[in-house]
Amino acid sequence: MKLVLNIWRQKNQNSRGGMVRYELDGVNEHMSFLEMLDVLNEQLTEKGEDPVTFEHDCREGICGCCGFMINGVAHGPHRGTTVCQLHMRHFRDGEELWLEPWRAAAFPVLKDLLVDRAAFDRIIAAGGFISVNTGSAQDANTIAVQKHCAELAMDAAACIGCGACVAACPNASASLFVGAKISHLALLPQGQPERSRRALNMVAQMQQEVFGSCTNIGECEAVCPKGVKLENIARMNREYIKAAWAYREEAAAGGGG
Amino acid sequence: MNLDSRCPSGPIEQKWDKAKFEMKLVNPANKRKYSVIVVGSGLAGGAAAATLGELGYNVSCFCFQDSPRRAHSIAAQGGINAAKNYQNDGDSVFRLFYDTVKGGDFRAREANVYRLAEVSVHIIDQCVAQGVPFAREYGGVLANRSFGGAQVSRTFYARGQTGQQLLLGCYQALERQVGAGRVAMYYRHEMLDLVVIDGRARGIITRDLVSGKIAAYVADAVVLATGGYGNVFFLSTNAKGSNATAIWRAYKKGAGFGNPCFTQIHPTCIPVSGDYQSKLTLMSESLRNDGRIWVPKEKGDKRTPSQIPEAERDYYLERRYPSFGNLSPRDIASRAAKMVCDDGLGVGPTGLGVYLEFAEAIGRLGRTTIEERYGNLFEMYERITGEDPYSSPMRIFPAVHYTMGGLWVDYNLQSTIPGLFVLGEANFSDHGANRLGASALMQGLADGYFVIPYTLGHYLAGVKPGNLTPDDPEVLAAQRAVEDKTRQLLAIKGKRSVDSIHRELGKVLWEYCGMARNRAGLEHAIAKIPEIREEFWKNVNVTGENAEMNQALEKAGRVADFLELGELLCRDALIREESCGGHFREEYQTEEGEAVRNDDKFCHAAVWEYKGENQAPERHIEPLEFEYVHLAQRSYK
Repeated sequence: MKLVLNIWRQKNQNSRGGMVRYELDGVNEHMSFLEMLDVLNEQLTEKGEDPVTFEHDCREGICGCCGFMINGVAHGPHRGTTVCQLHMRHFRDGEELWLEPWRAAAFPVLKDLLVDRAAFDRIIAAGGFISVNTGSAQDANTIAVQKHCAELAMDAAACIGCGACVAACPNASASLFVGAKISHLALLPQGQPERSRRALNMVAQMQQEVFGSCTNIGECEAVCPKGVKLENIARMNREYIKAAWAYREEAAAGGGG
Repeated sequence: MNLDSRCPSGPIEQKWDKAKFEMKLVNPANKRKYSVIVVGSGLAGGAAAATLGELGYNVSCFCFQDSPRRAHSIAAQGGINAAKNYQNDGDSVFRLFYDTVKGGDFRAREANVYRLAEVSVHIIDQCVAQGVPFAREYGGVLANRSFGGAQVSRTFYARGQTGQQLLLGCYQALERQVGAGRVAMYYRHEMLDLVVIDGRARGIITRDLVSGKIAAYVADAVVLATGGYGNVFFLSTNAKGSNATAIWRAYKKGAGFGNPCFTQIHPTCIPVSGDYQSKLTLMSESLRNDGRIWVPKEKGDKRTPSQIPEAERDYYLERRYPSFGNLSPRDIASRAAKMVCDDGLGVGPTGLGVYLEFAEAIGRLGRTTIEERYGNLFEMYERITGEDPYSSPMRIFPAVHYTMGGLWVDYNLQSTIPGLFVLGEANFSDHGANRLGASALMQGLADGYFVIPYTLGHYLAGVKPGNLTPDDPEVLAAQRAVEDKTRQLLAIKGKRSVDSIHRELGKVLWEYCGMARNRAGLEHAIAKIPEIREEFWKNVNVTGENAEMNQALEKAGRVADFLELGELLCRDALIREESCGGHFREEYQTEEGEAVRNDDKFCHAAVWEYKGENQAPERHIEPLEFEYVHLAQRSYK
């Protein structure tokens, strides 16, 4: 099949970008979306033009590298799918597509469809962990975990950190990402000792990174390729409010709310 | 080349304790004076960087991705082995050791494997304490499942995303150290060379993938945990960025390369669908617990699978290996699939596929249980193929998945270059000629969390910290060499894309050095690969320039190394005149097509030494002795 692709091209973080139109023939329905872009890039290379830069690595939907907007939807039209797992059978012959990078002040564009998501790492470094040095753990089965809690924790921990939630949110809020990590660790007995500080520190870091606030729109859940649920944001808010009572001074310093 | 394994003496169950006691320690106040470079942030590298940071060393960790959480360990699906014996089904450290040595077809070092089995139990403790959400039973205890090549249930798992959850645990531990200022994390930095001064590894040269800046970093020791080289075949289950550049440059600086021909072909991957295929996707081996593998008994049977009655199906693994059946080790299951397809019984449009069916398990356990166990894998299969595996069987075919070979290391995980340590898939150590399922995660974490903190300390205690800066003339010379090579790649401006040449190399390797190998084919490949290499250096088109983000340049550097490594793979396969594990030489098989080892001539690790441009590399050997698991023909019948 034949496609018309309008792709955001931008040389680097400091230059101005713009849409460039490409026509691509011979697209096979079994190709993944990224394989379709590989074909385009082969053609551009043959012509001596700069291929389109996009982030990708595992191409199995788990590393979280890939992602861009297809016709205004993060990761494209098929729910629960990253662009590397999106196959061309979901598109029609002759369709015209617009590809843009994630748009958020906290995710500057580095080139074409590729953005800088280091803000996510800084949020994890602020508290998204359990402080246990190697070697100091007790036998694993001495910590019993309710199966139901373990399942809920796993649902939240499934987040791949791709950033689609931020890109889809009109406020560019990172609440789903942060809420997922706070939930994962708060749901487990191992996460209890640091529960309050974790919520305060991660939320404070999120605010420092100029992500917007959550206003319960729900676009994040709709585009999340791993089905991370909105209830994680509710849990984050509860954790934050509870923690703010326990550690009022730190909460005030972090900006609160 | 000195290949002293430095294994401690004494009974095998006491070796590691003895080694730990005999190792020198670095005074806690002195640890911060020592700087360590860790390259790679997967299970091995991330665990090492986090743990060394906790201990107080001055650690720098490098990854080429935008975050350490992207490392390809994340894609491991099925699980991680540990000799906990929580199921009371007869498991023990000795049994895990025994299974791993036997599964590796007697080509791994016993002492290393025993240590791996021994520390496996601590890995689970550590990961649970970090909050890894392993599967649980209703009573709150950990759940287990069985995995290919084992008759006990010792595999711990987190749905079909075990690698992801273990890596996130490790990444969070690493980020804690980054936040505490004990680890400096270098994102989007690719190691392009190793700095060796006075015979010791002292630093690395990297390219910043955003700005293109090439820079040197120096340290008192270098740890490589950069994964395997399966992408030399172009099509593999590895991530697109997975590459051999770090270990290959170390090899060219004097590190011995162990058993390059030991590559693992995984039996359960989604078949190739067309020429545009960019990678292959694994379907976890855990599916073989409940799935049954079969092909039609008649050649050219074009009926849909549901129309083929039981009596006309050949469940060939159950037939040939009644005691292990569908859970036979990977090398055996892959080769069996190749044999039925070679006989014209393969299914699907290309004839290169076999069925993996769940109808029986769904009938026995109900759809809900199957959904709980494998839901995400079934979804992934449907997304890729557009077919529903609940109602019709999956089609699967073997694909390159893992490389047992890698840089040679001694018991302390030190390569033949003092101060250069190699962990995880990047080294050659624990899996011999074939890796058992759920053992890669175990090895990566064992090396990173529990081995390197001791052995690296021992090394550092014997050297003076510091005394080298990035503007040292030798360091600058190494940096200039990398800059020159980069310029050279950009100056070719030929006609062909990097990918097209990489695909060509991959086809040659898959054809002649894949699931089955023979003398004539390997000789052909050894003649052909230098031609492809020449074509690359004459006619590749690397677009763009250095001082910018340039993915074509990144790929070109990696492919240039694969073009050299591919030849070494074939040379190693040619000389090893036996069949063992993943290395199957057609000349050496029984009448029934089973592998025949030659323990008189090849009971050793082959270690290759680089001798210079256009010189044949030299092959050395490290003899292997089997004191505890006696050499025997592997049988899974």
